[in-house]
Amino acid sequence: MDVLTPRTLDEALRLKAERPDAVPIQGGTDVMVELNFDRARPSALLNLSEVAELRGWSRENGTIRLGAALTYTEAMEMPLADALPALAEASRTVGGPQIRNRGTVGGNLGTASPAGDALPPLLIGDAVVELASLRGERAVPVAAFLTGPRQNALADGELIVGVRVRAADGPQTFMKVGPRNAMVISVVSLALTVDHDGAEIRAAFGSAGPVVGLVTAPLAELDGFPERVSAAASPIDDVRGSAAYRRHSLRVLTERALERCLQ
Amino acid sequence: MLAVRVELTVNGERHEADVWAGESLLYVLRERLGLPGSKNACEQGECGSCSVLLDGKLVCACLVLAAQADGHELVTVEGLGQDGGLHAVQDAFTETGAVQCGFCTPGLIVATADLLARNPSPSDDEIREALSGNLCRCTGYAKIFDAVRLAAGS
Amino acid sequence: MTTAARTLERGRVGESVKRVDAIPKVTGEFAYSSDLFAAGMLWGHTLRSPHAHARIVEIDISDAVGMPRVHAVLTHADVPGAQTYGLEFADQPVLAIDRVRYFGEPVAVVAAEHPEQARRAAERIHVDYEPLEPVVDPERATEQAPIHDGRPTAGHGFRDDARPNVVRTIVIRHGDPDAQAEVSVSGVYELGIQDQAFLGPESGLAVPDAEGGVDIYVATQWLHVDRDQVAPCLGLEPDQVRIHLAGVGGAFGGREDLSIQIHAAMLALHAGRPVKMVYNREESFVGHIHRHPAKIWMEQRANRDGKLVNVRAKILLDGGAYASSSAAVTANASSFACGPYAVENALVECTCVYTNNPPCGAMRGFGAVQSCFAHEAQMDKLAAELGIDPVELRLRNALAPGDSLPTGQKITGSFPAAEVIRRAAALPMPEPEELPRDPLRLPGGSGNTTRGQGVKRGVGFAVGFKNVCYSEGFDDSTAARVRLTGTGNGLEAEVDCAAAEVGQGVVNVILQTARTELELDDVVLGSATTSSVGSAGSASASRMTWMAAGAVQLAARAAREELARRGGELKPAETIDVERVYHHRPTTPLDPETGQVTGDGAHVAYICAAMRVVAEVDVELGLTRVVWIGTAQDVGKAVNPQAVYGQIEGGTAQGLGLALMEEIQTRDGLIANASFTDYLIPTTLDMPPVVAELVEEPEPDAPYGVKGVGEPPTVVSTAAIVSALRDATGRDLNRVPVRPDDIVGLS
Repeated sequence: MDVLTPRTLDEALRLKAERPDAVPIQGGTDVMVELNFDRARPSALLNLSEVAELRGWSRENGTIRLGAALTYTEAMEMPLADALPALAEASRTVGGPQIRNRGTVGGNLGTASPAGDALPPLLIGDAVVELASLRGERAVPVAAFLTGPRQNALADGELIVGVRVRAADGPQTFMKVGPRNAMVISVVSLALTVDHDGAEIRAAFGSAGPVVGLVTAPLAELDGFPERVSAAASPIDDVRGSAAYRRHSLRVLTERALERCLQ
Repeated sequence: MLAVRVELTVNGERHEADVWAGESLLYVLRERLGLPGSKNACEQGECGSCSVLLDGKLVCACLVLAAQADGHELVTVEGLGQDGGLHAVQDAFTETGAVQCGFCTPGLIVATADLLARNPSPSDDEIREALSGNLCRCTGYAKIFDAVRLAAGS
Repeated sequence: MTTAARTLERGRVGESVKRVDAIPKVTGEFAYSSDLFAAGMLWGHTLRSPHAHARIVEIDISDAVGMPRVHAVLTHADVPGAQTYGLEFADQPVLAIDRVRYFGEPVAVVAAEHPEQARRAAERIHVDYEPLEPVVDPERATEQAPIHDGRPTAGHGFRDDARPNVVRTIVIRHGDPDAQAEVSVSGVYELGIQDQAFLGPESGLAVPDAEGGVDIYVATQWLHVDRDQVAPCLGLEPDQVRIHLAGVGGAFGGREDLSIQIHAAMLALHAGRPVKMVYNREESFVGHIHRHPAKIWMEQRANRDGKLVNVRAKILLDGGAYASSSAAVTANASSFACGPYAVENALVECTCVYTNNPPCGAMRGFGAVQSCFAHEAQMDKLAAELGIDPVELRLRNALAPGDSLPTGQKITGSFPAAEVIRRAAALPMPEPEELPRDPLRLPGGSGNTTRGQGVKRGVGFAVGFKNVCYSEGFDDSTAARVRLTGTGNGLEAEVDCAAAEVGQGVVNVILQTARTELELDDVVLGSATTSSVGSAGSASASRMTWMAAGAVQLAARAAREELARRGGELKPAETIDVERVYHHRPTTPLDPETGQVTGDGAHVAYICAAMRVVAEVDVELGLTRVVWIGTAQDVGKAVNPQAVYGQIEGGTAQGLGLALMEEIQTRDGLIANASFTDYLIPTTLDMPPVVAELVEEPEPDAPYGVKGVGEPPTVVSTAAIVSALRDATGRDLNRVPVRPDDIVGLS
């Protein structure tokens, strides 16, 4: 096993082109568990933590660009938390401070778990994932990027460099159900936003299907919306919870999120 | 096999080590640098027993690839005290009965020191949230909260 | 929450004293069993069974032997002595021989220079398994093919039960088991498998000596019984195996059985180099036994005035693949099945079976946790049926000195059940907190799931009890050694005791006792090892405070008598060195047919606790927040009050875990959640404040009147918390951990 540590994005892309099998590692919160428990022995690790271009965030008009290396702790800080409140609330539910200081939005996309806490907030914000390789850059909507449980649309030699997401222009919230009151992988989660320009409600659920899912409705047609969100899910039974419970709680969460955001 | 050289500063001292590429920072601290104070309870970021400060940020050393610490600064529980004395947080933990088996203690002490550096007078809710990434199996946490409040007041 | 008062550095019995190991533990210097290092050290690694039940056709190590930097690859064929071991019955192979009986059973061990090399070598051991149908349903186990040849536990004075896969059956007949009464309530209760989840993983270092013997530095609960199991398997004499206590990162019963001891020693003796072994968290879930899962059928018959007339219980415990301490757990579950209540008639039948599920054995509460969950649910049900206040109903039936247990054993010592009930019930409960509040103080916590919607408050109450010390005729003792040395201007004192400090604070008990008895402040405690002092017995059964205090008291008094004989002074370097062994009063077995006591009685003494719980439940999402816990506990005498409160708070947390979240889930015997990601233990946001009252009624036969304190909070808190959840939800909630599905009505 090798460790490759590029100092610039160009160098990172060059190394990734040379070693397409190299597994990118940033905060390590997923990759290190695989290594520590002998579940993965990649031929190389691409350590992205020295690539400054991947850090931070910026704002252009109504769009927020998050660097792939933006941590959950950073997503909880003002003024970013004001621009993307559901992402900030989701970040507060991730692990403990140690995990929030290391885990990144880019890593959450790369792992592409249906339980990724950042994913529902990105989905309600029409997020577009920025991918780069030596061949150039491309932008893929997050819904198209997430192709299955722990599967994504990254092509050979590509890295996630950032994600563009619409700033909230109405109330948003995020909720996550777990069997204890901190430090849980979600049994089911929900992000919901009131989009006043479009007069639309957008809700995205996590841990209730192979990928996170989005359900929308015009603000004027909210009758039965919680049931629609619940019906859109395709949950399974696993050690964390039952499919029936996930469907049930998704309906309850949606009712509460609507109440919270429409007050 | 030990193909990766890392140079890092731990508690103000420079160290070098040749490591296997898949090694965690925690393994390097414990098994190569003679600093076993950071503990190996879960090695999956769930318990906080290996909490250290990496460039001033609280992290789980088990989730940092050793090579990622190359060129960086670390503070471990062994480096918190000054002039041979205990850090105020360490003293408070001994005083309130916050230590039983003690395996979670180093991580909790580093996490508490980090909390109090950022927020010198945390509320009870702030204490509970800040320490929610540190599991303790012995104490039920009550005396740990006592220790944090005592350290905050000192 | 309590306000901390300054603790003493060197106090005596009854004073709050700072832990003697507190400073090394806060600085990171304290050497736990996973922190050890020796020059030339190798790393051991265990190859484990991926099957719950399989025949081993062949083990081929040839690819692993000879890999670079791999120094030993060992299988059952390399075990130098006895092939099997066990705490009570030697039914567990050191390394699997021709059959594996549980998921994760050790099959081979490897030593290499780096842990990764050891893992890769283990990967190249080829084991040809022929999977067998696993026995996984304890209710069917007694009708399926036996998983052990012969009957490993037969003929130990137990009731004859010839059904296959029975570890032990106890039937207790008391009074007229068919006695009728005016009302009857019944229910069926289940408990999942709880893990001790100590944070310090199984680990240790074995160092070969030059004469064929070995020193083993390990985290354990009982050094001498480790030695007595290890030496025969290594084919060595007991004195060739020296077990030294390394720092213990929690135990809770899970370190009573062996883990790395024989394996590391075999590797070290084979390689001629020190060998360190450290389990990872996944491995730890198969590296030790767990709390027995249970199914309990129970009926309480009572008169309209609330007086219990008859309790009928059937208890089924799943012991998993090997016996461990299952036989004793069976005795406890049945002894305490009726609760701390006086009842003149009872029929209790308790069976523990072998299955191919994870092996179970000792965990804090040891059989009493399971029974308490059932009898307290039944007492609530009975109170509702009778329209009597649940606390009042318990008071009317509270067991007291002079009463008898269903085993016929008369309670002779202290038993303040009524007092703990009254004191716990009198603690003022907090008023409901107003909304809005931070979601951290609502069910669902940091998940931000409610602002108050769906939240209902409930109050629960429970009482529980269990025994202190070992039972049923076991010769239970603790040795201590005291050395006094003249210094020229006074005396130096050193105490040796092999009591395992597992976090509970027995080191302080030993020192406080020695200071009290010797009337000296400066007392040094030697390290715990089999090479300097006799057995201390196990740090379990809430016995270590009582037994260590007894032993140190005897040895210290003997040393003082000798000092007096020598005129009260010692010349410089003159020493007095005495070792004494303390026994509590003897116990005797239960009659195998009637379950009634023979001779002096099966148990030495009892400890009880009562607990009131306030909980909030989000009844729409099935999420919970325990708001407040108030408890009163019978402790005999608090040797170190600060540590006693710490035991109560921590023991309560473990019961909370079982009530709300902790369960090892299995599928066909395979563990599905062997990680701290999916086996959840309580966090800072799950534990409420615990207000504890100590009831100090001295135990007549015990040193200073002490009892034990570790277990009652764990026995009672699961039952008390679920009682509060039932009050909030109106649902039966007859299984723990309570799942969100159970609360919202989906199960």
